[in-house]
Amino acid sequence: MRSVLMMGAAAFALMAAGAAAKDKAQPPAAPPEVVSVSKDPWPSQYKPYPGAVTVIRGATIYDGAGHRIDNGMIRLEGGKVAEIGQTVTVPAGARLIEAAGKYVTAGIIDIHSHLGVYPSPGVEAHSDGNEGTSPARPEVWAEHSVWPQDPGFSRALAGGITALHVLPGSANLFGGRGVTLKPVYGRSVQEMKFPGAPYSLKMACGENPKRVYGSRNQLPATRMGNIAYARQLWSDATNYKRRWDDYTRRAQAGTAKPTDAPRRELALDTLMGVLNGEILVQNHCYRADEMANVISMSHEFGYKVTAFHHAVESYKIADMLKAEGICSAMWADWYGFKMESYDGIRENIALVNAAGACAIVHSDDENGIQRLNQEAAKAMAAGRRLGFTIAPELAWTWLSLNPARGLGIGDRTGSLEVGKAADVVLWSAEPFSVYARPMQVWVDGAVMYDWGDPRRRPTADFELGQPGVGEVK
Amino acid sequence: MIRHVMALLLAGAAVSAAAAPTAIVGATILTARGETVIEGGTLVFDNGRITAVGKGVAVPAGASVIDAKGRVLTPGIIAAATDLGISEVNGVRETNDGGARQSAFSAALDLSTAVNPRSLHIAIARMAGVTRAAAVPDSASTLFGGQGAVISLAESGPAVTRARAFQYMEMGENGARLAGGSRPAAWAQLANMFAEAQRLAATPASFDRGQDSGSLAKRLDAEALAQVIYGRQALFVHADRASDITEVLKLKARYPALRPVLIGAREAWLVAADIARAGVPVITHTLHDLPDDFETLASTRNNVGHLQAAGVTVAIAALGGIGGSTPVNIPAYAGNAVAQGLVPGGKGLTKGQALSSITANPARILGLADTGTLEAGKRADLVLWDADPLELTSTPVAVWIDGAAQPMTSRQTELAQRYKALGRTDLPLQYPR
Repeated sequence: MRSVLMMGAAAFALMAAGAAAKDKAQPPAAPPEVVSVSKDPWPSQYKPYPGAVTVIRGATIYDGAGHRIDNGMIRLEGGKVAEIGQTVTVPAGARLIEAAGKYVTAGIIDIHSHLGVYPSPGVEAHSDGNEGTSPARPEVWAEHSVWPQDPGFSRALAGGITALHVLPGSANLFGGRGVTLKPVYGRSVQEMKFPGAPYSLKMACGENPKRVYGSRNQLPATRMGNIAYARQLWSDATNYKRRWDDYTRRAQAGTAKPTDAPRRELALDTLMGVLNGEILVQNHCYRADEMANVISMSHEFGYKVTAFHHAVESYKIADMLKAEGICSAMWADWYGFKMESYDGIRENIALVNAAGACAIVHSDDENGIQRLNQEAAKAMAAGRRLGFTIAPELAWTWLSLNPARGLGIGDRTGSLEVGKAADVVLWSAEPFSVYARPMQVWVDGAVMYDWGDPRRRPTADFELGQPGVGEVK
Repeated sequence: MIRHVMALLLAGAAVSAAAAPTAIVGATILTARGETVIEGGTLVFDNGRITAVGKGVAVPAGASVIDAKGRVLTPGIIAAATDLGISEVNGVRETNDGGARQSAFSAALDLSTAVNPRSLHIAIARMAGVTRAAAVPDSASTLFGGQGAVISLAESGPAVTRARAFQYMEMGENGARLAGGSRPAAWAQLANMFAEAQRLAATPASFDRGQDSGSLAKRLDAEALAQVIYGRQALFVHADRASDITEVLKLKARYPALRPVLIGAREAWLVAADIARAGVPVITHTLHDLPDDFETLASTRNNVGHLQAAGVTVAIAALGGIGGSTPVNIPAYAGNAVAQGLVPGGKGLTKGQALSSITANPARILGLADTGTLEAGKRADLVLWDADPLELTSTPVAVWIDGAAQPMTSRQTELAQRYKALGRTDLPLQYPR
């Protein structure tokens, strides 16, 4: 398959042809044709919906980057944050929202969701989140399982979510590619994809892979089997990358034909993307000792783990995670439901934060994603009980800028900074209060949810004509 | 302030609860009786029982006095449906006594025999203000899961408050699966088991002889179900679809003494008036709002508010289906029901109703006449909070069960303390510091 780079080469050839017209005597040699692996063959087709120029005045603002503005103002224009501060310009004709006593925050970003791949209703026919047919399935992409009509997207949006990362499940050591979406309904998944967001590779360690495959009497049946299997695959991926790098060098030098290109292996394409630093590793892992093993494996093969997910024991190695620059995506208080979650504590997020490591609040749950603000509130309170000072505007980074960075989209969203996407939530009360709810949610400057306007609340196809339709959920 | 209160409490505990009355003075007291709020009130307890509550109540001579100014005092939280004390690690089969798929018995199973008061989850829930809980079995071999127990979360003293407090039964999709594949199969199993139980009650001597030897009910199961049919034990029925709930309500016509309690009841709001008319209470969650099965299509967070408005007695519990659902978060689940009432078009609870739904109402449903509210004569099951008990950021500063001050530590707090400072010293972290 020929790729973006191929097209680039063709465009270059056209330009060269134009130049050649001026100098017919010496047509230059055609540039060498280089086959490459396409980085984005299924690109986003998302287009932001129209939004009005909007100014919100008088609110307390948590900007998502750790700052707070009391009685502040923000202007949204052209889908971006145009101005934010104590006062901002109010253009003629702007929609002005008086928000005294209300709160404005950066939109919440969930780095770990299975919406769409395990949609509601959760019947067997909808169970598309785990290609549990081999310990390694890096060739599968979550986006090809996403049902864009999952009612869960509407609930997530109503909870203040403005971007979410949908991952394959954790049955496999290599579960496949994750995809970053907007909670904005489309007719295809491509219409929901966050433009330009990098792919992730979902990996898993611990109980799940060894249980799933061990119960079938195949590798891995143990934790050492988990690591052995993964190391072999990383070794294969290194070999694959070497072949591509070698071919590319030769092709660029004009000594390799397109037919000399290595055979595409979709599974190894994903792993090569990781080794090239283009695909981010999101690694399901509970126990501290296993995270340490994964870190050593990443050193051995020269890749980076972006985030450990669930990470209920991150508090035991928070210093190590800080040194490695690895985020932890965590629940506030899930623990004890399986052996590897037995040492989960409510102070985990606060301890990771206090160590200076990157803390993220994640859901892994179609209900939890609706209330990540509440999860962060509990984590903040647990940290305070342990003696840490944690300002709410700091805790909001666990919900927005940190997950945005963990998804490689931190330059475009995750905080209310001028020029970034107008992904904004207006809250009815202090958003760490149990009594607070999103009143309005903007995605790229468009009001996609309004608690007071039924015309601004989506209903998924599945829910039309069903009992309870039209009821406030 | 917290330290001050705790020091007093520990001193009190050391002297033992029975030695002298204790007065908690200056707190905002939420009695869980309607919307009653007593600002700057006093509560006195003695010998494990509340002796006085109110504003300007006299502190008895010789009482230990706890200054609770700026604090909020409530009844202990009663978790209406949990696996506390019967499951240590759900995913580790041998530690989980909730269900018994291979057992020859079902309704007869008595969960009180499995209660382990030393389970670490009990200390964790207790620190969060939970003082009593219903331990609920899972149905695994028939519709019937067995007889649940009401437990105390106290560090010492009797672990079981009421053994065999209720029978548990599945209906709807789960019931259909357990009974062989359809709802009619589930109702046939129920009719048969109940008929066997009635026959056993009428002619016990003949039950397992002659033509009765082909009975589909074990004697012990039939005996247990007779308790239910004749109203000596409540019947907790898990049903979510409105039509399933309607069928459950019809049972009262055939078995007049039956005392059903609906559990789950996700679509109950569609038939709220019928449930209220039948006088059937409901145990549910507040956060379900997705059509995650075909029996829960009408799920909405308005459910609780609709039921309350219709006059149904509602208890809010940490039911499954919400990831990470835990008794620790029950007050926040109730707080969410208050928030739902603030949404345009939303149906929710008042703060008083929300508190009652996690104290007084579960007490009534579980047959605990002597707890659930702050009134003279009731058990001194008390929680002193640092702020609004329904808030996510609030926490208990003290918990009493039957008048005994409870420890405010758990394995979790010990782990947090161990790993609070990660720096290497002269010995590994696993040594005392």
